[in-house]
Amino acid sequence: MAYDLTHLRQLEAESIHIFREVAAEFENPCLLFSGGKDSIVMLRLAEKAFWPAKIPFPVMHVDTGHNFPEVMEFRDRRLAEAGARLVVASVQEAIDAGKVVEETGPRASRNRLQTRVLLDGIAEHRFDALFGGARRDEEKARAKERVFSFRDEFGQWDPKNQRPELWSLYNGRIRQGEHIRVFPISNYTELDIWQYIKAENIEIPSVYFSHRREVFERDGMLLSVSPFITLMDDEEPYMETVRYRTVGDMSCTGAVESSAADIDAIIDEVSATRITERGATRADDRVSEAAMEDRKKEGYF
Amino acid sequence: MEMLRFATAGSVDDGKSTLIGRLLYDTKTIFQDQLDAVERASVQMGTEYTNLALLTDGLRAEREQGITIDVAYRYFATPKRKFIIADTPGHTQYTRNMVTGASTADLAIVLIDARKGVLEQSRRHAFLASLLRIPHLVLAVNKMDLVGYSEDRFEEVKEEFRSFAMKLDIVDLTFIPVSALHGDNVVERSGNTPWYDGPSLLHHLEEVHIASDRNLIDPRFPVQYVIRPQSDDYHDYRGYAGTIAGGVMRPGDEVVVLPSGFGSTIKSIDTFDGSVDEAFAPMAVTVRLSDEIDISRGDMLCRPNNQPTASQDIDAMVCWMSERSSLSSGSRLVIKHTTRTAKVIVRDLAYQLDINTLSRNEDAPELKLNEIGRVSMRCQVPLFFDEYRRNRSTGSFILIDEATNTTVAAGMILGEAG
Repeated sequence: MAYDLTHLRQLEAESIHIFREVAAEFENPCLLFSGGKDSIVMLRLAEKAFWPAKIPFPVMHVDTGHNFPEVMEFRDRRLAEAGARLVVASVQEAIDAGKVVEETGPRASRNRLQTRVLLDGIAEHRFDALFGGARRDEEKARAKERVFSFRDEFGQWDPKNQRPELWSLYNGRIRQGEHIRVFPISNYTELDIWQYIKAENIEIPSVYFSHRREVFERDGMLLSVSPFITLMDDEEPYMETVRYRTVGDMSCTGAVESSAADIDAIIDEVSATRITERGATRADDRVSEAAMEDRKKEGYF
Repeated sequence: MEMLRFATAGSVDDGKSTLIGRLLYDTKTIFQDQLDAVERASVQMGTEYTNLALLTDGLRAEREQGITIDVAYRYFATPKRKFIIADTPGHTQYTRNMVTGASTADLAIVLIDARKGVLEQSRRHAFLASLLRIPHLVLAVNKMDLVGYSEDRFEEVKEEFRSFAMKLDIVDLTFIPVSALHGDNVVERSGNTPWYDGPSLLHHLEEVHIASDRNLIDPRFPVQYVIRPQSDDYHDYRGYAGTIAGGVMRPGDEVVVLPSGFGSTIKSIDTFDGSVDEAFAPMAVTVRLSDEIDISRGDMLCRPNNQPTASQDIDAMVCWMSERSSLSSGSRLVIKHTTRTAKVIVRDLAYQLDINTLSRNEDAPELKLNEIGRVSMRCQVPLFFDEYRRNRSTGSFILIDEATNTTVAAGMILGEAG
């Protein structure tokens, strides 16, 4: 079995091939980075693709302003280590400039505002390819999306009119104003990501590991008490041992009760779990059965 | 853990979605919230049992119309292997979608309804699997419950398919009697088919030998990207990054660079994790050479005594994938082959192949959506290729329409055009 590659090495090779293909064929690519585990894995894969050179494109963070402080600290430290240039597309700035209007009420979320801020960021910097950390196992709409996913001049995805994608031959041809979303980790599952993080000994923000946190329950999810969210009358905060399975906007990312304090414990937990990560922890996907499909069409990640 | 990619072909009527749902369900890949959503939808649609087919119907438009639009990718794993399913619909735009799903597959499952036997559609799917050179084909004879788990019926279907498959180039063919609905022979061997002594479908997927399907004979390295750090630490570093498309490469190997023809030796094969003693397909590595030669993206490294064909004239089977245009002699397109992109002109459409009867129509004026034919093309620059049957990486290409930028065809190289 001398010439066998494990599934993680095959997935890694496929991702590296995709990063290099984009760097070779596009004028101005950019890597979307949220500080979540998927984008952290992408950053490592990008480093691998171009080593010993630095990553030949900038990194963009669409910043809702509602961040976990641990994640922001991690972001700045990790990007400095990689020598990557950071571009921030700020939702707060867009609100201040009157480009988008903040939702009000206890359920207010900046999730939908991100789409406009992202598209403005793409236009401002003239990015023609954006690496995203979406995986096909996450959600039904994503299961049908290409690795090179075409976006028209409005940033929209048309699921019925996707380019055929065969072998490892990717078609990145676009006209001015259009762009391609590129998903180098399309074929990883949540478990693959964790196994890769372990195999590569990749550092991740502390919120992924179990810790004590003041939380409250809303719609069956545990949300963190934070300055970004207003409690409703019947919501009582309490201390719980939790961790995050996904990391996003604090106002809509739920924690799970967990005592998993290291990668091995997380892998055990993910292997045994019976609920998808988005089903467990993301209020943004619960709006309707086709929530992700609708947001993607508008230009969401 | 090894990884196996397989494609499934068939329509809802054949029970394909039910079969995939069953594999996911019985390997405990389906999560509780997904199952809850399917159960809610099943109740709404008034079906008696949990409709596992709903697990694989992704987009809103599909659920509303009860059809499958496109190739969907599914994932599951057992302790032995990780599996990637390319789930392709059987009816709408079947050829385009199946060709897409089949292009990366190690194995294809073609479903046959035991009551109906080998239909036109089954023949079509088997033909496409052989055209795309999927190394392993499984014929899942489904709905065995509806023929009383009859061994005679299973043997009849097998015989019927075998006589057709003789006309095809199929390397490894396996027949398995199943009932996707009841789970017979899907994950576990079924007590309902005591006469069947082969493996269950999942057992076959876990055990089928795929390691020797790759080409480890002919070293091929299409240069994808040139790495020049221009940093203090790596001032003079010049590496050729790419994915190995065939063979095994080692430091010290003599290589020749196409198209220039210059020779050199491999100084080292680098990765982020250190240099390696050997590299093989499909590893993504960076190769450094002992000599300074001008090399750029689209060039290819190979061995002096084992070179691909270098030619501007290509003979290929092409599957046309666009509804808005067609291919005919004189068509001008863009070809993407390994890391080379260039203009091509279609010289001749030799014939259009009827994929139901395998008969050749030499008078066909054009290839339309979902049609397959043999063409000869002339390329603006030489391409470095192998026959598709010898190497799926250096033998495949896509065609792009410059006016719309869409991918309009997939091609499999037969050789140099005369």
